Amino acid sequence: MRRFRFLLVLPVLLALGGCDFVVLHPAGDIAWRQRDLLIVSTLLMLVVIIPVMALTVLFAWRYRQGNKTATYRPKWDHSIELELVIWGAPLLIIICLGALTWMDTHLLDPYRPLSRVAKGQPVAEKTEPLEVEVVALDWKWLFIYPQYGVASLNELAAPVDRPISFRITSSAVMNSFYIPALAGQIYAMPGMQTKLHAVINRVGAYEGFSANYSGAGFSGMRFAFHGMEPSDFDRWVGVLRNADRPLTRAAYLELEKPSENVPVQHFASVDPALFKAVLNMCVEPGKMCMSEMAAIDSRGGLGLAGIDNVIPRLAYDKFERRGAVFGPPSSYVAGICTIDELTASEPRVAEALPADLAPLLGAGLQRPGFTPARLDTTLLRSPAIPDRNS
Amino acid sequence: MTDPSTAAAATSFLFGRLSWQSLPFHEPILVATFAVVATGGIALVGAITWFRLWGYLWREWFTSVDHKKIGIMYMVLGIVMLLRGFADAIMMRLQQAMAFGGSEGYLPAHHYDQIFTAHGVIMIFFVAMPLVTGIMNFVVPLQIGARDVSFPFLNNFSFWMTVGGAVLVMMSLFVGEFAKTGWLAYPPLSGITYSPDVGVDYYIWGLQIAGVGTTLSGINLLCTIVKMRAPGMTMMRLPVFTWTSLCTNVLIVAAFPVLTAVLAMLALDRYVGTNFFTNDFGGNPMMYVNLIWIWGHPEVYILILPAFGIFSEVTSTFSGKRLFGYTSMVYATVVITVLSYLVWLHHFFTMGSGASVNSFFGITTMIISIPTGAKMFNWLFTMYRGRIRFELPMMWTLAFMLTFVIGGMTGVLLAVPPADFVLHNSLFLVAHFHNVIIGGVLFGLFAGISFWFPKAFGFKLDPFWGKLSFWFWVTGFYAAFMPLYVLGLMGVTRRLRVFDDPSLQIWFVIAGFGAFLIALGILSFLIQIGVSIMRREQLRDTTGDPWDARTLEWATSSPPPAYNFAFTPVVHDNDAWWDMKERGYRRPLAGFKPIHMPKNTPTGVILAALSVALGFGLVWYIWWLAALSFVAILAVAIAHTFDYHQSFDIPADEVARTEEARTRLIAEGARA
Repeated sequence: MRRFRFLLVLPVLLALGGCDFVVLHPAGDIAWRQRDLLIVSTLLMLVVIIPVMALTVLFAWRYRQGNKTATYRPKWDHSIELELVIWGAPLLIIICLGALTWMDTHLLDPYRPLSRVAKGQPVAEKTEPLEVEVVALDWKWLFIYPQYGVASLNELAAPVDRPISFRITSSAVMNSFYIPALAGQIYAMPGMQTKLHAVINRVGAYEGFSANYSGAGFSGMRFAFHGMEPSDFDRWVGVLRNADRPLTRAAYLELEKPSENVPVQHFASVDPALFKAVLNMCVEPGKMCMSEMAAIDSRGGLGLAGIDNVIPRLAYDKFERRGAVFGPPSSYVAGICTIDELTASEPRVAEALPADLAPLLGAGLQRPGFTPARLDTTLLRSPAIPDRNS
Repeated sequence: MTDPSTAAAATSFLFGRLSWQSLPFHEPILVATFAVVATGGIALVGAITWFRLWGYLWREWFTSVDHKKIGIMYMVLGIVMLLRGFADAIMMRLQQAMAFGGSEGYLPAHHYDQIFTAHGVIMIFFVAMPLVTGIMNFVVPLQIGARDVSFPFLNNFSFWMTVGGAVLVMMSLFVGEFAKTGWLAYPPLSGITYSPDVGVDYYIWGLQIAGVGTTLSGINLLCTIVKMRAPGMTMMRLPVFTWTSLCTNVLIVAAFPVLTAVLAMLALDRYVGTNFFTNDFGGNPMMYVNLIWIWGHPEVYILILPAFGIFSEVTSTFSGKRLFGYTSMVYATVVITVLSYLVWLHHFFTMGSGASVNSFFGITTMIISIPTGAKMFNWLFTMYRGRIRFELPMMWTLAFMLTFVIGGMTGVLLAVPPADFVLHNSLFLVAHFHNVIIGGVLFGLFAGISFWFPKAFGFKLDPFWGKLSFWFWVTGFYAAFMPLYVLGLMGVTRRLRVFDDPSLQIWFVIAGFGAFLIALGILSFLIQIGVSIMRREQLRDTTGDPWDARTLEWATSSPPPAYNFAFTPVVHDNDAWWDMKERGYRRPLAGFKPIHMPKNTPTGVILAALSVALGFGLVWYIWWLAALSFVAILAVAIAHTFDYHQSFDIPADEVARTEEARTRLIAEGARA
């Protein structure tokens, strides 16, 4: 009987075999490298963990009270040699792991533009990454493709082996944007933008979701991510272009209201400044954009005039929108410029930094440029520069 | 308040925003729970009244300033709250095991989200904290040869404030609702805009009230260890448990004010419309996330360090050997204490801080594993060439050593930022922290409970039920959390209420079965206590030193007299009691002097009750109640300072009688 005991493990192995360990078997290069790091670190730690576990069992057994043959030295409590091993062995492993961490954290920094699409396959020069603007809504995901002027809800697609550059924000509360097959997650935060660079290498349908609890509809905040052949992707964009509605500001405000388990929706066109407006929390007409507020503040603010600039929030009620008990009623600051003027006045930053293959020396990335919205009256008066999408 | 849409407009003067609708009559699960709790409560109150125990409880326990009794009351609080926290866990496991293939399970989001929030809050603040504080309270003064803590009244007050916080959190179960935000209540979700209900307010005031208790108790124990050590007990002769307690209390004193401040700012956002953590008006929710983890990470070490101390005492006692590498153990503890402040950002690598910041915090986190690893080796080499007795405390210690290394390994894995990107917030993370909190803190607490129980009550715990509880807990832990590691590697995230993929279900069913085993473990533990009380005569400890142990608490009788030590011991070596035994120490039998001791006081109970009223008033916007109780708190506190009769003398002949009784007991024990 005893020798067949291992059979008891079989159902567990079978169950494991039938599972989709997407984290250990992803479909994108970034996720692969993250997986490799996971495995290397685990092995590195096992070097110390396994001996400790074995010694625990061995010592517990060998020095049990019943074993009178074992040595008993009740006063022995110190040994320089052992202390050296005790502190030295973990230290050595942590030095290795620390070096690995430093390098890979920089190499796999989600903000770092990709230098390769797969092992031994650097990004071809002049490759334009697919840009996707991601907005986490309560409780669904909006994806805007600025290069194509289309958008989709709860469905994301990308051609294989083409770098994808995500810019991510949220409309109300914090979420985390995560497609395990593609790359690690990054938070989606209201009024803030995070970035993620990744690439998908295998055609297929994958799952994406929010990995940070965000309220009642959180469980249903899932979307499909399709890795497609480039031709299929073009066809898919064509389907989006033929959708029956545009994503205007008004449509966005309607979409933004909390809803759960929302089916896929396509939008044939998108207000070109929508993402910027969402990011600066000024989609509602007449509301001051955060970038505008920051720019005004950096020049000393509006002074007393600013006090009259606060308007009670009545027009649009996302939740119950109650204010604090003793605070002023829920309100917002009225805008001075329109969002289009702001967008136009902002000098465009070169988005795709050239892939830098030079060895890392610490600060692996250039510092992001700081470009506050200019409020020079000359600029405000000048006709809006046409956006590249319009 | 001119705006009709503000909440204040919908409230009445007398009851604030409390109304009949606030009571959850429409939720059958809650009504049933309430019925059970109410029946149990009435039965308990009835029994206490029937056996005329109110006077005894009030005089001997509730108003007591004796650190031993307060310690025991902390333990009772922790165990009672464990039942609540565990009920939440079982409900979650059941929901997640059911909600597949289009099934919504049995819990609506409204209810489920409260449950996982309450589970985390209760398990950390009202189970782990009281249990850890309770053991420190009981053991530390005894270990350093002191008669009580530095500030005995403050100790009683701290305990009742912790109870006050727990009462407020428990109230939310039946009056209104609890937070639906996750246990750390990240804004903006916890802001007034997205959580206008009372849940987050219950959270804030429950934790603020309990936080007063925790901070004061930290200051108290810190002072006690620094100032009240017996003569000869230099810092490098402190028992290791006292060392870890010292470091824990340093962490409490330095970390809890941060929690208080961050919750105060969240409260200001919610009550007076400031914009610390709002999306608008320049607020930044990520500030909250940073601040709460600046408290939150040291909190992890606040819990685990005393457990490390317990394992050190247990290992050396049951191996019959001096602790290996005492000095390096102390330095390891101190290094962990300092480093615990430099790692908080690893809880949110995914915020997008940039690679250099992330690597810094990743590497500091890994560095913590060096002193922790050193500790592990020290326990290992304490066992080496020892004579190991496999009593219950030692069994928990071995289970800890084998389990904790797994948790430590997955922890270091999560400290590698790119690996964290794929595992953050997943069930892998949930498995990791349960692995270290159950496998570390809880196993340590059980080791400590079975180790010091005879000291506290005068009889050992029944070993049969103890071993049963041990095996249920250990197997239950592995069955409940190993599947979560697996699920995490399949990319399953935490706090989900329903699932699509049917292939995941089997893992949740196994995890649910594990939770059931743990339930049996808890049941066996409770039975163990009941059986031990019934068999107390057979399990009696007459010697005061049932384990042949090493530190000063075992020099006293079991249970120790109110004054702990008739004469303050003088310490000459580490393991003071072992040293005394080796030198042929004899108990002094004559020459007793009157002992100056602090007097019991009801002020702590009254202040905590008023604080609960204050919290309740603030939660429900019942301003008159809040104002009244606040003024009353000040009045009672000031009045207390005019009580100049806070101490008394135990007469010398009473001390002599107590010591004589012990002499007889020892003689009886020797005959039996």
